[in-house]
Amino acid sequence: MTEYNRVVIPIGPQHPSLKEPACFTVTLEGEKIVDAVIGIGYNHRGIEKACESRYYTQIIYLLERVCGICSHTHTTAFCQGVEELAGVEIPRRAAFIRVLVAEIERLHSHLLWLGVAAHEIGFDTMFMYTWRDREAVLDILAELGGNRVNYSINTIGGVRRDIDDSLKQDILKMVDALEEQVKYYRELARSETTLAARLAGVGKLSREDALKYGAVGPVIRASGVDFDIRKVDPYAVYGEIPFKVVTDTHADVFGRTVVRVLEMLESIEIIRYCLENMPDGEITAKAPRRIPAGEVISRTEAPRGEDIHYIRSNGTEIPDRVRVRAPSEANWHAMKQMLLGQYLADVPITIAAIDPCFSCTDRAIAVNSGRETELMDWPRLRQYSVDWYKKRGIDVSSVKMPERRSYF
Amino acid sequence: MLLGLGKILIFPGFLFLTVYSLLFEYLDRKVYARLQNRMGPPWYQPLADFLKLIGKEVIIPAEANKTMFQVLPVISLSAVAAAFIYVPVLGKEAIASFEGDLIVVLYFLTIPTMCLFLAGWYSRGVYATVGSVRTLTQLFAYEVPLFMALLAPALIAKTWSVTGMTAFFAEHPLYILINIPALFVALVAAQGKLERVPFDTPEAETEIVAGPLVEYSGRLLAIFRITIDCELVMIASLVSAIFLPFMTGNIALDFVLYLVKTVAVLLFLALMRSVMARLRIEQMVNFCWKYLAPIAILQIVINLLVRGWLGL
Repeated sequence: MTEYNRVVIPIGPQHPSLKEPACFTVTLEGEKIVDAVIGIGYNHRGIEKACESRYYTQIIYLLERVCGICSHTHTTAFCQGVEELAGVEIPRRAAFIRVLVAEIERLHSHLLWLGVAAHEIGFDTMFMYTWRDREAVLDILAELGGNRVNYSINTIGGVRRDIDDSLKQDILKMVDALEEQVKYYRELARSETTLAARLAGVGKLSREDALKYGAVGPVIRASGVDFDIRKVDPYAVYGEIPFKVVTDTHADVFGRTVVRVLEMLESIEIIRYCLENMPDGEITAKAPRRIPAGEVISRTEAPRGEDIHYIRSNGTEIPDRVRVRAPSEANWHAMKQMLLGQYLADVPITIAAIDPCFSCTDRAIAVNSGRETELMDWPRLRQYSVDWYKKRGIDVSSVKMPERRSYF
Repeated sequence: MLLGLGKILIFPGFLFLTVYSLLFEYLDRKVYARLQNRMGPPWYQPLADFLKLIGKEVIIPAEANKTMFQVLPVISLSAVAAAFIYVPVLGKEAIASFEGDLIVVLYFLTIPTMCLFLAGWYSRGVYATVGSVRTLTQLFAYEVPLFMALLAPALIAKTWSVTGMTAFFAEHPLYILINIPALFVALVAAQGKLERVPFDTPEAETEIVAGPLVEYSGRLLAIFRITIDCELVMIASLVSAIFLPFMTGNIALDFVLYLVKTVAVLLFLALMRSVMARLRIEQMVNFCWKYLAPIAILQIVINLLVRGWLGL
């Protein structure tokens, strides 16, 4: 085909299949994709910068909101890092509760993903079913932390809420009911032909490519690599919990679906183990206000994959730098590889298959191809914004902006 | 003359068709919702949607062909309404009939699809263009099996008129059993014609927003929406007239039977819509030519043989 037969279709920034703004510019020949440009950065919120002017305990509140779905995993990673810096050992009961909440969160995230994926391929009935089941999980989370998504369980030195007997019974009841449903979805994935027809062979990512582009989470596990932080670098009490890392060799969207469904069954087992083996005792240890100087990298396994937090402390009650590498950020790089050669009809499901979380990922990066790039420091950025508004007739130079770290 | 006009415009013609189509949409949505474990809309929801759309502003894209953009919805609705004249609703007789009206009905039923294609094409949007190309591709896939499936019973009935076929099969109800494969093909192909899951590729919401109708708004969209609903009624009526012509002779009872039969067809279509995922366009074309078309051809061969054996 010639150049004339090519159609460029923008998927995004506003598109019904995208839950958050991002722009995928795909070039088509007929219905086949020959080129794809992935544009993210519509949703930058400056959370990392905001962390540099807040106390450690306030940052927990902020990081809880990095992601609307895996909110627990981010605070776990952060608290874990800070605890390591401060040399605080959290009580065992707190570690169990952290794992428990993380696994309930994984259930809710994977159920959500299953529904979204079903919707992307036009299977709305499954979407409705999975989201109905997810409600039960959210109800438990609401009972646990008072909120459906941001349950604020973590704090530096432990957890903030304990689990009593009635809650334990409720969780077990929920888990039992859910297990039935998840097994049903497993059967559905194996037997429903239109589902397999739409998922198999779509968004191929070979084992080599997955390693080369550094994919994480269910994406790399579906390519046959058993990379799971819970096993590779056990945190909390994962080291003593028996569970297996689910892998699959399909290396496509179907494989990612299977991995997520089977992982839910593993999560259910972990939840049961935690509830049975949870020791009695305190749930928080005393942590200092000022964190000793140093730097630390803390990793957790979020529902979407490896979540990395880097924290640098300068010995005050405010960190010097907090860097969040959400799992979606690692998975973006393989996206183009997955899209090339696919049909347009498969773009939404291929994008959805990495379970992307755009706002966790977005960075303010200035890339001017062919031109010089520059990094702006804080005062220059401030000056830039003052000039920008001045050109449009608004003078903001009189607004007092306190210097960095002088908020308090 | 006046009675004929009344029949065409009011009952069992255009007005009945539109009212019944709104009811049909309600039933379709309600059943779909109940199968998905949802509440579903109240009975007046389709009417409310229609009225709301009528009241909305019409936005015509600057690059679109204005005349075509406005005329196409009306043409498609009138084509469906015209086709409905030849389908028996009240008893065995349609409002009008002549030898060969089956072909005319099928022709009229192709017009809305063509209008949908042109609507997307003249909207000049990217999503609309992709959607309309898919509409046309899909048309070539389901149209042939659908036509063959509807023509096969005509071979036994030895008439090309819908009314004639209804009358024939009402007298010989057992012959219907021969046509079961054709019924299956017709129902599946109808799902493609109506662009419903698993064949809703042309308007795939998550890929190309709304396909050919993406630029439409206000009353033009409302007309298209009611056209699609009317098409649903039309297909259900046609299938029940050709494949399920069980009659009692009592005109009121037959009308009730007509409602029961069409709703049964609708339930089947709604069930199909709720248990499947959307196929890709090339999977859809493969399916139609690999499975539906051979079954339809087989049906025609069977019907020819049966005709020879029975000496019809």
